[in-house]
Amino acid sequence: MTIAPENNMVDVSFTLNGKLVDVSVSATDRLLDTLRYDLRLAGTKEGCGEGECGACTVLLDGLPVNACLIFTFQVRNREVQTIESIDAHELEEFHSEGATQCGACSPGVVMTALWIRNHPSLLQTHQLSRLMAGNLCRCTGYDAIVKSLEASLSIQERN
Amino acid sequence: MQVLLPQTLDEACTMLAESQGRAVPIAGGTDLIVHWPCNIEAHQKAYLDISTLDELKFITLSGDSLIVGAMTTFWETITSKQVESEFPLLVQSAKEIGSVQIQTRGTWAGNIANASPAADGVLALMAYDASVTLISTHGTREIPLHEYFLDYKCSQRQPDELIHSFCIPRRSFTFDYFEKVGSRQAQTITKVGVAITNSSSGWRVVANSVAPMVRRCYQVEQLLEKKARIQQPDDLLAALDQDVSPIDDIRSTAAYRRCVLSRLIYYALREHCPWYS
Ligand SMILES: Cc1cc2nc3c(=O)[nH]c(=O)nc-3n(C[C@H](O)[C@H](O)[C@H](O)COP(=O)(O)OP(=O)(O)OC[C@H]3O[C@@H](n4cnc5c(N)ncnc54)[C@H](O)[C@@H]3O)c2cc1C
Ligand code: FES
Ligand code: FES
Repeated sequence: MTIAPENNMVDVSFTLNGKLVDVSVSATDRLLDTLRYDLRLAGTKEGCGEGECGACTVLLDGLPVNACLIFTFQVRNREVQTIESIDAHELEEFHSEGATQCGACSPGVVMTALWIRNHPSLLQTHQLSRLMAGNLCRCTGYDAIVKSLEASLSIQERN
Repeated sequence: MQVLLPQTLDEACTMLAESQGRAVPIAGGTDLIVHWPCNIEAHQKAYLDISTLDELKFITLSGDSLIVGAMTTFWETITSKQVESEFPLLVQSAKEIGSVQIQTRGTWAGNIANASPAADGVLALMAYDASVTLISTHGTREIPLHEYFLDYKCSQRQPDELIHSFCIPRRSFTFDYFEKVGSRQAQTITKVGVAITNSSSGWRVVANSVAPMVRRCYQVEQLLEKKARIQQPDDLLAALDQDVSPIDDIRSTAAYRRCVLSRLIYYALREHCPWYS
């Protein structure tokens, strides 16, 4: 199938936060552009646009990816989960440990952190700080972020 | 921008041939989409999306080799117990490539096709004597990875060919080592890196970021085969100077790279090779 030869538009269907969505977007649009400007989900941020900072982290079929490095047409028929799908109560430890200041990195940090929390076996093969290395923060400091995640993991373990 | 969405590998090869090799294959996009909004020139091209072709996503361990499909991601390799137990350098190098977010999208084929002198995946593959299988409407051909690169960002792959897979012969290894030096511990581009193996087929010493492309260090390999006495890192420099040609660039200097490479190799082998000193 060839698409977008002339008017540059592509039709893409995918599951977003549990609901099927159909969008008609420019072939050149990245998932980040579609989320923010077509679907008006501005929680996902753009920092660097080059895969370094992780502010644009979303889950694609359950794995963290940078939405600035994927074309929207590449997520056809796949499942995308953004920060908007997260319940506020899941962020309790994030608040109590002071893991956010300006908030620019936070949506991305939270997506990676909750992925780790939901897959604690990752910590048998990876260091927490390594798993979080793709999420840069310019103001809070990484200790608070890592502490909040450790707190969240230990609460989960007790329950 | 034109987008080509093949459903099968056959269709992908046909589409690429019909575009006369002008369509750009896109896999994980972690090289291609960097700084996309500013890269206006790239918006004019045609892209062939092969990222979802299941036919190119596999890890197969057969009697005598490991074969990995081009679209296998680094993350899929990191989480493969089979690969980890027999080819640990593949997992070590994959874990050193960018961050988790890069590893979940980035593919081996992208790392090879990009032909960067700093490619970390290529480093490990070459130390295992990997070969690359290319496919087009004309059929397939296999090229040993150490002969695949021709120059900086330049390889034997023709524009109408896709990387199909890579293949590594199964051997019993008595030594393996991978080290990457960058400006920080994680998510960093390599200033100098090295991978070393020893098996019944002999020593392989491979270095990256010290030449226009990832390089086998044949002279150093020969020193090791001959069990030459090496009493200090500087004893490796004469051989290394024939093998690599580091330069000064934004990430490091030639002198630093040369010095660090000799020390990485020396200290990696010192414990392992009694004849060293
Ligand atoms: C933040 C960041 C950090 C990074 N860190 C590292 C690092 O530490 N080490 C490292 O080695 N790399 C690193 N990279 C580079 C990149 O992630 C890797 O090179 C990766 O392997 C590219 O794979 P991809 O699938 O994303 O390739 P793409 O971007 O999709 O493609 C890259 C090139 O390969 C071609 N291509 C892809 N598949 C095929 C195929 N099957 N046949 C023919 N051509 C093909 C494309 O046309 C393109 O030219 C980093 C990138 C970013 C953005
Ligand atoms: S905006 Fe995507 S990683 Fe920085
Ligand atoms: S809270 Fe400001 S960048 Fe992290």
